[in-house]
Amino acid sequence: MFLMASSLYGDQFKRSLAIVKKNIRIYYSKGPVIIFGLLIPFFLFLSFYIGRNLPAEALIPGLLGMTAFFTATSVGPAIVPWEARAKTLERLISSPISLWAIFLGDVLSSFLFGAFVSLFPIIAALLIGIEIVNLLVLALGVILATFCFASLSILLSSYPPTDTPAGVMMISSMVKFPLVFISGIFIPIEELPSWGKTLSSISPLTYFTDLARNSIQGRSYYPVELDLVVLLIFAIVFLVAAIKIHERTMPKRL
Amino acid sequence: MLTGVIKPDEGTARIFGHDILSEGLKSRQLMGIVPEMANAYVDLSAWNNIMLTGELYGIPKKQRKMKAEKLLKEFGLHNRKGHTVKGFSRGMKQKLLLCMALINEPQILFLDEPTSGLDVESQRRIRDMIRDLNEKGTTVFLTTHNMEEANQLCDNIAIINHGKIATIDSPERLKSRSSGLQSIEVSFNKAVGVNELMKIQGVFEVRKQGDKARLYVDDPSTVIAELVEFAKARKAKIISLNTLAPSLEDVFLKLVREEEKGVPYGK
Repeated sequence: MFLMASSLYGDQFKRSLAIVKKNIRIYYSKGPVIIFGLLIPFFLFLSFYIGRNLPAEALIPGLLGMTAFFTATSVGPAIVPWEARAKTLERLISSPISLWAIFLGDVLSSFLFGAFVSLFPIIAALLIGIEIVNLLVLALGVILATFCFASLSILLSSYPPTDTPAGVMMISSMVKFPLVFISGIFIPIEELPSWGKTLSSISPLTYFTDLARNSIQGRSYYPVELDLVVLLIFAIVFLVAAIKIHERTMPKRL
Repeated sequence: MLTGVIKPDEGTARIFGHDILSEGLKSRQLMGIVPEMANAYVDLSAWNNIMLTGELYGIPKKQRKMKAEKLLKEFGLHNRKGHTVKGFSRGMKQKLLLCMALINEPQILFLDEPTSGLDVESQRRIRDMIRDLNEKGTTVFLTTHNMEEANQLCDNIAIINHGKIATIDSPERLKSRSSGLQSIEVSFNKAVGVNELMKIQGVFEVRKQGDKARLYVDDPSTVIAELVEFAKARKAKIISLNTLAPSLEDVFLKLVREEEKGVPYGK
């Protein structure tokens, strides 16, 4: 029985990978998407840091946090509404693939894109001679954080069930931009007032930025273990919520 | 609903023994689907669309490549396999959708308006392909508004009116059950009024069709004799006279009208 169930899940996971391949070909391998994914966080970041005369070690965690967050959530919210409009979602649903496998595929493709683009600020940091104190923790953090943000991106398109990508992107921006400002990117958490600290604790990006500071600057507000566990919990909650809400709203979307 | 897109409110359905709800994956594994709206991925090539469908059906790589090559050749798309679907004509898209639907060698093929909007040649080719697949043992489930297409392709027809199946039968039996739908098409060398034709015994409806009149009758042989007398009496000559069996369109219209009046079909 267990073997049958695991073979079924394994088989469905393989079909998720077909969704990943499709998404990369259609949405993520386009030059403008990659450039846009890098440019938005870079320029937003520059606009806040230029003239502040901070050391590079203090800049890279914020840049990395923004890059991972913006790239892993850049295309994800638009995929489901876009496919509903193009009637390709109907094709996927009538294929022998579970709904959870379809959405896992969407999450994995956003995750891979986010993790890949996040390598750029890390490589840039290494090239300018910044020492990464704990590369393993940083790598684990990037993986967990981009998976968490990718799950959030699919969750953002789950409600309301629409086939208008522009509407979803607007909602997504309304969630994403405030999160960037409360996540310790521009102002370190320890410098925030107590209400700011409480507010920042509800953002998953806070824990990734904190973890990145620990890996690069060697100091952080929360213990690294806590950062990792909270990111994992956020990732699971976002993923499960995204799948469950999409399953429930799917009949209204088609 | 059978393809898993819409959840049923009530009732059960099985595809080759697999319940569409509790064994949805197994039942969908046996299907091929050609939806009405051309919904291949327009940014992918024909080849990648077929490969994606093959992967979604869990077909091993080597097998799906061989099958895709064969299908693309059969449907005359092989020379365009690397091109994105964006540049395909409606007919090419429809053929590609058929290739995608056949990659898993389905036991049952769902076709939704497969020839709608296509040129005559493409319509004929797709109908021939459907016949061929059916002869090879694939069950074909065809949804169409084209009565002639249903008449030519189907062994059994279900007529749906206002979302409910009004009747299911073979095309010929449907026609034969339609008493009063036999007709005579007649034209005279001079104008004859519809009201005059209605007075002939055995005629219960007359429709003017260009320079001809179509008379709906129960017994064509009696009415033909009456028509000859009718022409003599008016010193008119009959130019053409044909007896016509009811078309499926006639059957459909009669059925819909009877349903609206609350009369059970065939009564």
